[in-house]
Amino acid sequence: MNDPLLVVEGLAKSYGGRMGCADVSFTLEPGEVLAIVGESGSGKTTLLNLISGQLPPDQGRVAYRMRDGALRNILDLTEAERRFLARTDWGFVHQDARNGLRMGVSAGGNIGERLMGIGDRHYGKIRDVALNWLDRVEIDPARIDDKPGQFSGGMRQRLQIARNLVTNPRLVFMDEPTGGLDVSVQARLLDLIRGLVAELGLAVVLVTHDLAVARLLSHRILVMKGGYVIEAGLTDRVLDDPQEAYTQLLVSSVLAA
Amino acid sequence: MSATAENYRGYNFAYLDEQTKRMIRRAILKAIAIPGYQVPFASREMPMPYGWGTGGVQVTAAILGPDDILKVIDQGADDTTNAVSIRQFFEKTAGVQTTTETGKATIIQTRHRIPEATLQDHQVLVYQVPIPEPLRFLEPRETETRTMHALAEYGLMHVKLYEDIAQHGHIAKTYDYPVLVAERYVMAPSPIPKFDNPKMHQSGALQLFGAGREKRIYAIPPHTEVVSLDFEDHPFEPTKFTEPCALCGALDSYLDEVITDDKGGRMFVCSDTHHCESRRAEGHVGALGTPITPVTEAAE
Ligand SMILES: [Zn+2]
Repeated sequence: MNDPLLVVEGLAKSYGGRMGCADVSFTLEPGEVLAIVGESGSGKTTLLNLISGQLPPDQGRVAYRMRDGALRNILDLTEAERRFLARTDWGFVHQDARNGLRMGVSAGGNIGERLMGIGDRHYGKIRDVALNWLDRVEIDPARIDDKPGQFSGGMRQRLQIARNLVTNPRLVFMDEPTGGLDVSVQARLLDLIRGLVAELGLAVVLVTHDLAVARLLSHRILVMKGGYVIEAGLTDRVLDDPQEAYTQLLVSSVLAA
Repeated sequence: MSATAENYRGYNFAYLDEQTKRMIRRAILKAIAIPGYQVPFASREMPMPYGWGTGGVQVTAAILGPDDILKVIDQGADDTTNAVSIRQFFEKTAGVQTTTETGKATIIQTRHRIPEATLQDHQVLVYQVPIPEPLRFLEPRETETRTMHALAEYGLMHVKLYEDIAQHGHIAKTYDYPVLVAERYVMAPSPIPKFDNPKMHQSGALQLFGAGREKRIYAIPPHTEVVSLDFEDHPFEPTKFTEPCALCGALDSYLDEVITDDKGGRMFVCSDTHHCESRRAEGHVGALGTPITPVTEAAE
């Protein structure tokens, strides 16, 4: 087994007495896809914000293996280091593409931003990379100068993915990436994500309320309820043979739907 | 005290009270210490509307001394309404000597131009700035732009230039063209033409920038590196003019288009009026110009 990419230990966060999440621990291996599932209010979004460094925890630690091999607590990083990490070695795919894209900037500019952020200063090369990424996320490269507002919901999500992957990150956080999309659009997006994750060996922390999405994309699942992880394990095991009554309920409600 | 200064009796020298001037000077000193960094200051109401250069006027008021010689230009010209009213303001409130001669001035307040004559070590150039934040166009959140400056995260500036090239085939920005100062801060040079950008680099003069409405002061100390942002395959190019000034024949000055009659007649002339006049006084004549002959010689 590899050295873990992400180590989460004893994370807890409350908001003025109301619990966000508590006592969350897990590790993530390189190339592994972990789904955090639960209903709204279960604490899964709080957890995602904690481990992606966007929210400071009350307790616990989030350690990330940097490209130099050192495991570092992300809370000990300077703001400059954390922001650099977030736009190079990490990606973040938001449910609402408007939060993850610059809507006033062309598709090419959106994809190129991270490259320019790390010092690329050759327009022609940046554009070539953007064209290539549009193709990889199945957007017609002829649309490179169009703005995201001219794209469909599914295309915007695919553009958001391309914008994140252009720096070859090793870890991508995804917050309900297929939420709000039509079923057929969802299916195509899931196929694309699954293909890219496998091809690039990405580690992913995926937050979703949709067990079908978790089943299709993830290797392992954490089930959250009331801020706690109540069940964890390999995806097939948890979904085919849930141990906790709550998980059984979640699974059966999907089957009934 | 001059007769006009009598009208402003009761005001302090150069209008602002000493405490306000000290506050502005502290901001200026900090700005000089951190080239290109925007220093917040408590901008005061001035007896003129925003957009008339209240930021530049406050900076000038704070550094002006009784022995200074002041020049005020607007779009390169000394005789526009804006330039005349600011010059008169300081004649009245400070009683200082004013001039239109670039070389004679110790302080030059400007809107939209840098004079053509190379500025010297004893001179200060004060810019009037409408929008000091170069990142504003793509990132409206001030907390975020402040962090970007603090961490020197300037990729977004190149996104802006990228968009220009994608849309127009070249960097279309011709005014307020962003620069990197002393290899650290990205700065908006105010709406001067990019033609003037190279003059900021290693200038002997101290360059001060005042934004009144936005309450910011920033500076380029003398002899500082100022680099215009660009791409390797789309390098920065100052505007070049294909024809010389119609009045003085200058080939290397920034030209304005001037309509000469109501039949569509037009010509290109130096926007720096003093530069043009002094060249003509030296005997240079453009295609549409008439020689200026000194009176003594004309009598011969
Ligand atoms: Zn001329």
